Amino acid sequence: MFASERSKPWNPYIAGALAGLLLVLSVWVAGKYFGASTTFVRAAGMMEQTVAAERVASMPYFMKETPKIDWQWMFVVGIALGSCAASFLSGTFRLQAVPDRFAARFGPGLGKRFGVAFLGGAVAMFGARLADGCPSGHGLSGTLQLAASGYVALICFFVGGAVVARLLYGKGR
Amino acid sequence: MDLTFGLITGILFGVLLQRSEVIRYDRQLGALLFQDMTIVKFMLTTVLVGMVGVHLLVDLELAKLSIKPLILGGTVLGGLTFGVGWGLLGYCPGTSGGALGEGRVDALAGIAGMLVGAAVFAEAYPTLKATVLTWGDYGKVTVPQLLGLSHWVVVPVFCLLGYALLRWIDKRGL
Repeated sequence: MFASERSKPWNPYIAGALAGLLLVLSVWVAGKYFGASTTFVRAAGMMEQTVAAERVASMPYFMKETPKIDWQWMFVVGIALGSCAASFLSGTFRLQAVPDRFAARFGPGLGKRFGVAFLGGAVAMFGARLADGCPSGHGLSGTLQLAASGYVALICFFVGGAVVARLLYGKGR
Repeated sequence: MDLTFGLITGILFGVLLQRSEVIRYDRQLGALLFQDMTIVKFMLTTVLVGMVGVHLLVDLELAKLSIKPLILGGTVLGGLTFGVGWGLLGYCPGTSGGALGEGRVDALAGIAGMLVGAAVFAEAYPTLKATVLTWGDYGKVTVPQLLGLSHWVVVPVFCLLGYALLRWIDKRGL
């Protein structure tokens, strides 16, 4: 398929600068910094509430991060919607179950990719909550506010990720 | 109103993430393998623009900082643990929904895993709060406070360092 003009990727510097302006505007207008991982706590709590409401109400972490829909919850949903709209408008939407790089190294089987993705998701979220943030909350919002925790977390994110990527893919290819 | 702002901000951010391809597995792994620095270019530019803008807003008393505490036990162990999971999943919490939005259905397995990880953390929280989350607690500290400098000394220096890093990445064609 030929890459048409509208399906070409945007320059990451321009897109990144626009994201920076968007973040500044959000802080100014709504008083909100970008973040994502707390939303998964709230969503998990909302799901647990349907089967064990009293237990959820008594758990300290769900008292700290109440299971409810808030600014960040809608922000995370918005990312999915915005990405979906942009991919259709640019003709880059593509149903794909196994990423190209993963398939080239480990084969096109669904089970392997879904198993690794599930495990990775669980480990990543446990770590993000322990660190009190993810690449949005620490990596963007923390570092731009010059928070010491943001820089320590971001370095640890990349160290952990680089080690695993090297173990999975060797010296590259 | 909060919810509407959140949704609109998310949609715009999602468009930028999707059109610059930073939500893709291949790009995220590319960065972790130091082969394709697209996401570093995006993130670093966002941070530098945001750094100048937010500190201006704070000085004009139009916004407040929202600093997360540095607790070495939590930040370091949690950060490394997150990194391990990130390397396996190839999406992060903010971009997993975006990846699903552009048709990458393996992100669904990642999102399911993240919900389980969050639930497990909620169970472990009382224990962690009494142990790991007390190790090396420095509180809500910023780099200018640690150095005893004005943020208008630190911001320009970080902007120059960031610019130099991006120049270096571009020169190597990463």
